[in-house]
Amino acid sequence: MLGEDIGTYGGAFKLTKGFIEEFGSKRIVDAPISEAAIVGAAIGAALNGMRPVAEMQFMDFVTCGFNQIVNVAGTTAYRWNMGVPMVVRGPSGGGVGANPFHSRNSEAWFAHASGVKVVCPAFPADAKGLMIASIRDNNPVVFYEHKGLYRKIKEEVPEGEYIVSLGKARIVREGNDCSVISYGSAVHFALEAAQKLHDEKGYSIEVIDIRTLVPFDEETVLQSAKKTGKVIIVHEASLTGGFGGEIAARIADKAFEYLDAPIKRVAAYDSPTPFAPTLEKAVLPNAENLQKVIEETLNY
Amino acid sequence: MAKKSATSTKKHSGKSDVQQSLTRSSLLNDKQRIDLLTNMIRAREYDYAMQRLNRQGRAFGGVYSQIGNEATAVGSASAMGKEDVLFPMHRNVGGHYVFGQDTQTLLINQLAREGSMMRGTDGTGHYADTEKRIYGNISHLGAMIPVAAGFAMAARMRGENIVTMTYIGDGGIQTGESHEGINFAAVQKLPMILIIENNQYAYSSPSSVEYACEKLSDRALGYGCFGITIDGTDVELVYETCKNAIENARAGNGPTLIESVTMRMRGHAEHDDFFYVPKEKLELWQKKDPVIRYEQFIIEQGIMTEKQISDLRTSIIEELRAAIDYVVELPFPNADEGYKSVFVD
Ligand SMILES: Cc1ncc(C[n+]2csc(CCOP(=O)(O)OP(=O)(O)O)c2C)c(N)n1
Repeated sequence: MLGEDIGTYGGAFKLTKGFIEEFGSKRIVDAPISEAAIVGAAIGAALNGMRPVAEMQFMDFVTCGFNQIVNVAGTTAYRWNMGVPMVVRGPSGGGVGANPFHSRNSEAWFAHASGVKVVCPAFPADAKGLMIASIRDNNPVVFYEHKGLYRKIKEEVPEGEYIVSLGKARIVREGNDCSVISYGSAVHFALEAAQKLHDEKGYSIEVIDIRTLVPFDEETVLQSAKKTGKVIIVHEASLTGGFGGEIAARIADKAFEYLDAPIKRVAAYDSPTPFAPTLEKAVLPNAENLQKVIEETLNY
Repeated sequence: MAKKSATSTKKHSGKSDVQQSLTRSSLLNDKQRIDLLTNMIRAREYDYAMQRLNRQGRAFGGVYSQIGNEATAVGSASAMGKEDVLFPMHRNVGGHYVFGQDTQTLLINQLAREGSMMRGTDGTGHYADTEKRIYGNISHLGAMIPVAAGFAMAARMRGENIVTMTYIGDGGIQTGESHEGINFAAVQKLPMILIIENNQYAYSSPSSVEYACEKLSDRALGYGCFGITIDGTDVELVYETCKNAIENARAGNGPTLIESVTMRMRGHAEHDDFFYVPKEKLELWQKKDPVIRYEQFIIEQGIMTEKQISDLRTSIIEELRAAIDYVVELPFPNADEGYKSVFVD
């Protein structure tokens, strides 16, 4: 592993606490504040037989390693027919009163890059299973850990070897009235909205966690859309150019005849994520505004 | 002025020069000395106030202490001319004060209240105040170095004889953008000064994790610009070094990297208990406290009495208290500020 303050300090979010004691300073490398070098060195090590994991202290700083990811790692298979088995991971997302530079959801940038896999777990067990799958994957993976979920979501995590394959969506709640497609932090407020609509109005809402953007499990999403005929897509990232647009296009393209209502998207405003709590609350999507859109779709 | 080679610089060390007396610069008069001290005390007290607000749960976001950095921030900004432009970093509240920013405005911004210069979109020292010629940083370290260079370039194109001054840490200078920005400024011989605040830690990372050269000012040789390393706790030394570098830049001779050696006396931000910093090191640098030592100097030089300094501090604290009482009662900005101004008209 390479990253800033990941050794003795155990990482800004204490994710690597105890790693240096267990694995030693040869494998847990405290790096200078040089994201391009951290990612670039991970690529070099990957080309030479390692399976490095590069930490971005905050996923926002991945912008400083962007070229290495999209142009070096992302084209290596295409150009050289060689794998770059590297994972770039870090805390992403807002809702924690940080600021525009510690809150970004940038997963769609990498989904658009071609050649980079993009993983966004929403649950602890998935985080483990997807991380192992990402490390074992022979391609570069950008792995988003929503920082708001780190200490909020608790569940049993399977011991030992546990793999969740990349490219497999999961139906986290089954239902028939409409489909809510989401990933990352949005899965949790999708579940919240679905539960509320069930308790208050008896609706049966299906919630799908796509888990990985690239590869994208089109089949599971299309099946659900065909079953319910009504689709709402929700993510915390901003609307325009967000991955929700891609999901909507695939459904419109391949399941149009099954739809009973327009496909709706719920996402953040097209703005940076602000600092003041009042502003941040207004900018980011939440269970309430999702619930409203679900109801509108159900009543269409 | 520092030569175009880092070999001309004084060697710094964290150990040997504790007893070293403070510089008395011939470029300063007593009125200016009082201003230096006043702004250093303001910065220190602002820091204590923020620490308190943070403990009380009334601050949010990162609260970055600048204790130990007062002489560097205040000495450097004070050396700038009336038209010059400041691009501060996260431990430069002293520089904001030198450039005429007031406590209330700083607090409204930092606590993201209604009337904040950034309308609550961001906080800390990230704001820009064009009237006061302050252009704040973004979090991404080193991002503002090329910007400060470009600002200086535009001024030169317009025939304005201004200098820009910006800051970076011993960690932040390891980013690619820092390097590109410095090189650009050197190639273009731009009137830009870069203060490298070497406070010996970047978050938890000591210098040995960040760089392998002996002094960060050694890099000036590679860039082909000027470089010097100084004791960043000695405010008049910082002032004089910056003054010389600024005039040198104004004369068209290009940028200077000034490595100002200090010690970060608290955690990276207030959440960090800095267990990784050896206690002896902190004790040693405690003896080099820039504010306390300069107070003693001012008394020894007969510029102010102990009583006058204590009155000055009291009035600064009172002003801070009043500002805090006022600001914490202010509402947060209207929610629609969050999305309505992504572009200007
Ligand atoms: C490009 C980038 N990477 C990582 C960070 C996270 N970060 C914020 S401050 C900091 C340490 C900065 O150390 P230094 O530059 O020495 O300044 P100091 O805080 O010690 O004054 C880090 C790693 C960042 N802001 N920008």
